[in-house]
Amino acid sequence: MNILHRPLIPTSTKPTRLRHILSAIRGDKLALFALLIFAFYCLVALLAPLLAPYDSSSNDFMDLLNAELPPYWQSGDSRFLLGTDTQGRDLLSVILYGTRLSLTIGVCAVLIQLLLGVCIGLLSGYIGGRLDTFLMRCADIQLSFSTMMVAIVVLAVFQALFGNAAYQQLAMLMLIIVLGIAEWPIFARIIRACVLAEKEKEYVDAARIMGVSKVRIMFRHILPNTVSPILVILTIQIANAIVAEAALSFLGLGMPPTQPSLGALISSGVNYLFSGAWWIAVFPSITLIILIFVMNLLGDWLRDHLNPQTGKGVP
Amino acid sequence: MLSFVLRRLLQAVLVLLTISFASFMIQGKLGDPVRQMVGTSVSVEQREALRDELGLNDPTLVQYGRFLGQALQGDLGTSYYYKESTLTVIANRLPATLELSFCALVLVIVMATPLGVFAAINPKNWLSRSILLFSTLGLSIPIFIVAVFLMYFFAIEWRLLPSFGRGDTTQVLGLWQSGLFNKDGLMHLLLPSVSLAFVMTPIFIRLIRAEMIDVLQSDYIRFAWSKGISAPRIYFIHALKNTMLPVITVGGIQTGTLIAYTILTESIFQWPGMGFLFMDAVTRVDAPLISAYLIVVGLIFVVTNTLVDVVYGLVNPRVRIPGYSA
Repeated sequence: MNILHRPLIPTSTKPTRLRHILSAIRGDKLALFALLIFAFYCLVALLAPLLAPYDSSSNDFMDLLNAELPPYWQSGDSRFLLGTDTQGRDLLSVILYGTRLSLTIGVCAVLIQLLLGVCIGLLSGYIGGRLDTFLMRCADIQLSFSTMMVAIVVLAVFQALFGNAAYQQLAMLMLIIVLGIAEWPIFARIIRACVLAEKEKEYVDAARIMGVSKVRIMFRHILPNTVSPILVILTIQIANAIVAEAALSFLGLGMPPTQPSLGALISSGVNYLFSGAWWIAVFPSITLIILIFVMNLLGDWLRDHLNPQTGKGVP
Repeated sequence: MLSFVLRRLLQAVLVLLTISFASFMIQGKLGDPVRQMVGTSVSVEQREALRDELGLNDPTLVQYGRFLGQALQGDLGTSYYYKESTLTVIANRLPATLELSFCALVLVIVMATPLGVFAAINPKNWLSRSILLFSTLGLSIPIFIVAVFLMYFFAIEWRLLPSFGRGDTTQVLGLWQSGLFNKDGLMHLLLPSVSLAFVMTPIFIRLIRAEMIDVLQSDYIRFAWSKGISAPRIYFIHALKNTMLPVITVGGIQTGTLIAYTILTESIFQWPGMGFLFMDAVTRVDAPLISAYLIVVGLIFVVTNTLVDVVYGLVNPRVRIPGYSA
């Protein structure tokens, strides 16, 4: 067991793979730049409660007397660097918390996709046969409905079922679940394709002959070898989930105005855009666009770099 | 081949049945039709009698069967708000959405084809690189931001174009309210279709580029070069034809995305189409209209997807839809 296991389970490849990626990204200025900005976003999202000038949970966070103040360089009011929104909240703080929320929802949704995709992909690829045909047909059907369409319909129906107030309580959970379930086939297909290639190799035969259980072969032996393609789609999937969340919030099907994600912020800002308070919509929009842009750049770079075969640039 | 078509049709029917069951459940769960009909001053017994009479106490499957039977005869219920047959309400809004999608798709094809082909022919050129970079940027800008800012600049700041609605329409052939045949309608159409096209174009640029690069490496293209056929002829006659086939398939699969995007665009520009109608129905909890919308959209969507798949299967016998070994 031991003799075979060491070289077979490439637990040690992870740091080298990471190092390999990092050293390659250093050579590509655009990718490095994107990575730095993305890291900055993650840091800001993590540290939002520490960085934000105002605490979103305190009582004086909202003060209607301060509503719709323009940014510092227009109003000269040094308390609010980017101005305030319609509720009198400091826009910088709201954006920080919004970024945190958007990233959280995106990451959690993709974790669900990953979990479902890994399990179904491994089963489908390793066991094969009827099960494989059935699961992949389900994947095809699920994929042919676009995520946005499914999400809009499901969330709209839930909102109509629960009523607005109850829905707002559940919004975050619903968003994560719907976005998570809607896109599992993307991971499942890629993992299945990898499994099909891997399961013909000698190490799997060896493990099978040694009597290693199916589950163990799938998760400990084959799964580690599918990490590269997973990495490639991971970034793009998170970006897509964030965009989808923003669009849903914009339609009023996502996060409520009391707990705004970036999309909800833009949505509430749009109504004031036309009356001259441009900053409420513009700053969150720019924040969102830059975040998605760097994630797409990173995803593209990873795809070109790690495995040119997957995907054809369809988001 | 026949089995492929039959399998595809069977799948389409199954998907449609699932959609119809989902919308049937929605209609059953959203609101109480008896309360809608009689108000508050009717006793419990009378309500119960009415429920029996309407068949609301039957088993779910029996009710679903009845729902399906009526749906097949073109009866999807009556909208609570419009007091009209839901199908009529949707049919009145359908032309607006179709015209919007059509114009957006024309714009997408006109912009994406030359850019994608150029980027594929000269992969190392700086212009191709910037086309790719801009397509990534375009992918990163959510459609609602594009729509809102287009509207802000063109309609509010510069007052060049109207900001909402469909403008004047003309009757075509007696059954189609079209905005394509007069200036006002076209002006109204411009902003929504440009926003739709703006977000769809990058997807197609990348698709066309990737497919074209694949095609250009194939043997028959190399053969064409060695035969001495002129470059434009190779690119635009030999290669482009085979590029567009998969592009059309994937384009067909994007129907769902297009439908979702029309919902967003229509609610921003208050375009009186199906998407706007749907969001309205959701706010009004107009259950029959919601479920009718789902069925109609599901039908459009399943028919396009099946058609695209079958046609592709006919044209290119090598396809066995990826993933199936049967």
